[in-house]
Amino acid sequence: MENLIALLIGAPLLGAAVLLLGGRRLDKSGHWLGTLLAAVSFVIGLVLFADMLGKSADDRALHQTLYTWIPVEGFQADMAFQLDQLSMTFVLLITGVGTLIHVYSIGYMEHDERRRRFFGYLNLFVAAMLLLVLADNYLLLYFGWEGVGLASYLLIGFWQHKPSAATAAKKAFIVNRVGDMGLSIAIMIMFTTFGTFTFGPVLAATGEASEGKLTAIGLMLLLAACGKSAQVPLQSWLGDAMEGPTPVSALIHAATMVTAGVYLIVRSADIFNAAPDAQLVVTVVGAVTLLFGAIVGCAKDDIKKALAGSTMSQIGYMILAAGLGPIGYVFAIMHLVTHGFFKAGLFLGAGSVMHGMNDEVDMRRYGGLRKYMPVTFITFGLGYLAIIGFPGLSGFFSKDKIIEAAFAKGGTEGWILGTVTLIGAAITAYYMTRVMLMTFFGEKRWQDDENGRPPHPHESPRSMVIPMVLLAVGSVAAGALFEFSGFVEWLEPVTGFAHGHSPISAAAVTTATIAVMVLGVGLAYVQYGRRPVPVVAPRGSLLTRAARRDLLQDDFNHAVFVTGGTHLTRSLVYVDHSLVDGVVNGTAAAVGGLSGRLRKLQNGYARTYAVSMFGGTAVLIAATLLMRAV
Amino acid sequence: MSFPLLTVTAAVPAVGAVLTAAVPAARRTGAKWLALLVSLATLVLAGVVWAQFEPGGPRYQLTESHAWIKDFGVRYELGVDGIGVALIGLTALLIPFIVLAGWHDADPLETSSKRWRPTQGFFALILMVEAMVILSFEATDVFLFYILFEAMLIPMYFLIGGFGDRAHSGSDENAAAQRSYAAVKFLLYNLVGGLIMLAAVIGLYVVAGNFSLTEIAEARANGSLDMATNTERLLFLGFFFAFAVKAPLWPLHTWLPNAMGESTAPVAVLITAVVDKVGTFAMLRFCLGLFPEASKWATPAIVVLALISIVYGALVAVGQRDIKRLVAYASISHFGFIILGIFAMTSQGQSGATLYMVNHGISTAALMLVAGFLISRRGSRLIADYGGVQKVAPVLAGTFLIGGLATLSLPGLAPFVSEFLVLVGAYARYPVAGVIATTGIVLAALYTLVLYQRTMTGPVKEEVRALPDLRARELAVVAPLIAVLIFLGVFPKPLTDVVNPAVQHTMSDVQQKDPQPQIQNVEAAK
Amino acid sequence: MNPVNYLYLAALLFTIGAVGVLIRRNAIVVFMCVELMLNACNLAFVTFSRMHGNLDGQVIAFFTMVVAAAEVVVGLAIIVSVFRARHSASVDDASLMKL
Repeated sequence: MENLIALLIGAPLLGAAVLLLGGRRLDKSGHWLGTLLAAVSFVIGLVLFADMLGKSADDRALHQTLYTWIPVEGFQADMAFQLDQLSMTFVLLITGVGTLIHVYSIGYMEHDERRRRFFGYLNLFVAAMLLLVLADNYLLLYFGWEGVGLASYLLIGFWQHKPSAATAAKKAFIVNRVGDMGLSIAIMIMFTTFGTFTFGPVLAATGEASEGKLTAIGLMLLLAACGKSAQVPLQSWLGDAMEGPTPVSALIHAATMVTAGVYLIVRSADIFNAAPDAQLVVTVVGAVTLLFGAIVGCAKDDIKKALAGSTMSQIGYMILAAGLGPIGYVFAIMHLVTHGFFKAGLFLGAGSVMHGMNDEVDMRRYGGLRKYMPVTFITFGLGYLAIIGFPGLSGFFSKDKIIEAAFAKGGTEGWILGTVTLIGAAITAYYMTRVMLMTFFGEKRWQDDENGRPPHPHESPRSMVIPMVLLAVGSVAAGALFEFSGFVEWLEPVTGFAHGHSPISAAAVTTATIAVMVLGVGLAYVQYGRRPVPVVAPRGSLLTRAARRDLLQDDFNHAVFVTGGTHLTRSLVYVDHSLVDGVVNGTAAAVGGLSGRLRKLQNGYARTYAVSMFGGTAVLIAATLLMRAV
Repeated sequence: MSFPLLTVTAAVPAVGAVLTAAVPAARRTGAKWLALLVSLATLVLAGVVWAQFEPGGPRYQLTESHAWIKDFGVRYELGVDGIGVALIGLTALLIPFIVLAGWHDADPLETSSKRWRPTQGFFALILMVEAMVILSFEATDVFLFYILFEAMLIPMYFLIGGFGDRAHSGSDENAAAQRSYAAVKFLLYNLVGGLIMLAAVIGLYVVAGNFSLTEIAEARANGSLDMATNTERLLFLGFFFAFAVKAPLWPLHTWLPNAMGESTAPVAVLITAVVDKVGTFAMLRFCLGLFPEASKWATPAIVVLALISIVYGALVAVGQRDIKRLVAYASISHFGFIILGIFAMTSQGQSGATLYMVNHGISTAALMLVAGFLISRRGSRLIADYGGVQKVAPVLAGTFLIGGLATLSLPGLAPFVSEFLVLVGAYARYPVAGVIATTGIVLAALYTLVLYQRTMTGPVKEEVRALPDLRARELAVVAPLIAVLIFLGVFPKPLTDVVNPAVQHTMSDVQQKDPQPQIQNVEAAK
Repeated sequence: MNPVNYLYLAALLFTIGAVGVLIRRNAIVVFMCVELMLNACNLAFVTFSRMHGNLDGQVIAFFTMVVAAAEVVVGLAIIVSVFRARHSASVDDASLMKL
């Protein structure tokens, strides 16, 4: 069985290689090949899953070592995989949602002449993401980590003739690199502390390391997670990443890649458990991002950017849960999976709307679409109900557990975190209702596109609708499935689990959650359902304006890093030219000048030379005589 | 007496150079093919050296030793260790691609006289450099090494000064002046370095009585040769200065951007990927091997300079407007990593540094040669003159991106392995230095991706609309290099197998042990 | 007569010759002044030979004459060819060797 693990990664990798190297011959069939190989990977995942279910809970992890990747004295990195329950969960999510989005892209990218390449990149992404979750050591994880970064870069910038897309891609990669620095440093600290960076030995030996070291490792891992999962302070790239094609936003920037940070923290659970300070920082980052993303989501008129803000906020929930320790890990992953379903569904719905509306993204120019796109409306609506935590749907179960766990953290912290998660739930309900109302309800506010074509909203082709339907089913059912099928017991052997002791009863938390949800929905209805939506955005309050600009994150980054960096590089170029090189050129000029002076002595007149000869001889004789006299 | 394999490996390109130079003016194309064949034959010989070398065997293998200048104890002494084998492999691998990439770079102009034979000279000089570089990786006699170290300046000088880049801004005279400035600057910097090294070589002879690397190292190890502390330090500095100029280390680096900017892309690759490696190689072999105590004494200062190189080179690269100068500054940053790895004095650092030399050679070759193809199409080196190339020449853009990704050390491509090893090795000994060096990975992403964005993406500029995509010859240059980058990125074992034992010898030269992890027997603790 | 007087005469002749070499421009005159200096030396040698009572000085004086004769041959030839080429015997006109 364990030999299948490499095939899991190998299938999409093969697809990427064939599609990217195959050339134009594959233009006609490439998308089928890409989809097929993603599906093959999913099937292998199912086989492995079935096999795993057949084993006892403690014996489910599989290992496969291919070869030694980097063998150097004292330093050994293996090309080795580990498939346990946590990885399995991710494998099914990645290949399952991934395959659906491949299918969706067949229709969505139909008119793009570079569709073959798009599928190549998608396959590359799936392979790298699988490598990330299947690696059995941190260095190999880093390989996958940067691999998904590359795929994300290529896909965000897929329409690179647009300068905005190219800039967004570059920004995503560079911001992520800052996070990657954290991962590298974490691996270095591990290596000097434990002499290895393989999951098993490192996590088993955390008990012997000093807390300071573990805190340092934890904080560095958190930095990495912030980069990949778009958490404050490295969140700025996610909104811009929406420049990529919508299937990419659904797969990479909602369902899978951005959750890699959560995976990293949960995978390193033992390290964080032993470093409470690091855990505290994790919860703070999660809480701040949760609110940050939600606030940004409220102000955006671009449907994808509103959803991106929402993604950021939901991942904030997961990070917060992961920071709570054993009482939260399982729920972080649970929310991650349910979020994968409903957010992917929402993005695909948004893509379907854009597809029908001449690629318009401004929600103020939508309105009243429910009659024209009934299936999209229903699937989007189910995703909407799931994300706001409508009782019985998937988001309800997973988010409720996180709120409960936040209160269970105990003490003042518990109250603060619990309150933040509740506020977050209210804002989530508000902004998602706003998206829903502005898109599907109200009067038509459609406008012609740049070429003067009026939009003709229509239901999307079947290849796009089927994935949406399947994801909607997932959004509805996943929560209850997890709740009642023992998801906690499934993950417990890997992540550990502890029952939290909440100061308020579970029923009270649930009631409060539903109450704030209703509050949020109601508020949004009053603002956007009862009154007509203006086509041109009103000026809005100071907060709205700030939120539209992503709470001034880019202005801050620009002022501090871009402007400062530009000045720094300019001045260094100047220094290099004038100072470092100047010293050398100055020496050369000085020597040249001196020899120019000395040259004047050689005037070519024989008598001048004769005088100097006589003078020299006289001086020599005088000196000799003088020496003799002394 | 066994077959003198090492001599033959170096002699084949040398003889090839003479033959190439002798080809008559009318047979220009024949000279190119001859040069290509000779470089391929050398590659085969390098492969034989690699195969003959036993990683577990004695330190120097395939040794040859003949008396040369008896009065001064100078011998013609050759031998390779794993580091030498790896670098000979790199050199022999790159030269065929350099020849192929420079196929038309030295074609005579229509107007020039019939007897003028620049093509023959160009390829003969490249082969001459190859011969000298290979021999310098093999020399175990300090004096022999010194001669080669200096002699390779002569063909390089003519390659830089005589065969400039045809793409330039401004008039021909201006370009010629820039070129001769670059060539003279290259020569002067390296001559000054060499002069100081000559003094140190003579000093070494006065102290040790001979020039044999193996004998001196052995005598130092068993205590029969005792150097006064100050003598050793002075000699070390003399050697190190020359190698630091060649490497190049901040602040002795300013010749490199000029030399790489003004010469043709293949020659720029020859400078940074091949010739400069002699500097870092010599640091490992001669500085650490002959003067272990002084090396340890100087380490803190050198580590600081290496860190400055890393960060400074990358930052200045970000600010460049000229594609080739940008690559040159990126190389300066990378050389900082190599030197950091060498002087971290850990197994990981030194193995990483050796791998880095090989990987940097290949990755820079890939990036620079593609950049050269791009520049030769448009006739400009300025980044601002490009835009949207991806649309008109997707294969060119794709290979350029892969070269760039290799430069920023993306995992899966060879440079990642070496860069990470250097970082880990540096961190194990000097945590702060390791962290500072890590910022290099962000800056590398910055200069590479900004370059890619400005040249390849965005709306198609009018002037690049008609650019053709890569031709078959150009693809034959780039594709194998990329294949090697990927292969060594996921399976570097063939390289590490050869390098590791040599690094252990160097570690024992300087009597250093790797810092041990704080928690022993992690497996047992489980 | 005191032989020292011959030395004074030699010194005087030498000085006249040296000054002539330095200040005159005509190559022929400069040449004659060189000869004058050589002969001043010869006079000094012969005087010393007489004062010390051996023949060393006289032998050297002969050598000097031979050398001077050879020099005259070569030197005059040069001066003549320079004069032919540039129609001038002035030493200042022959300043091609400067940078």
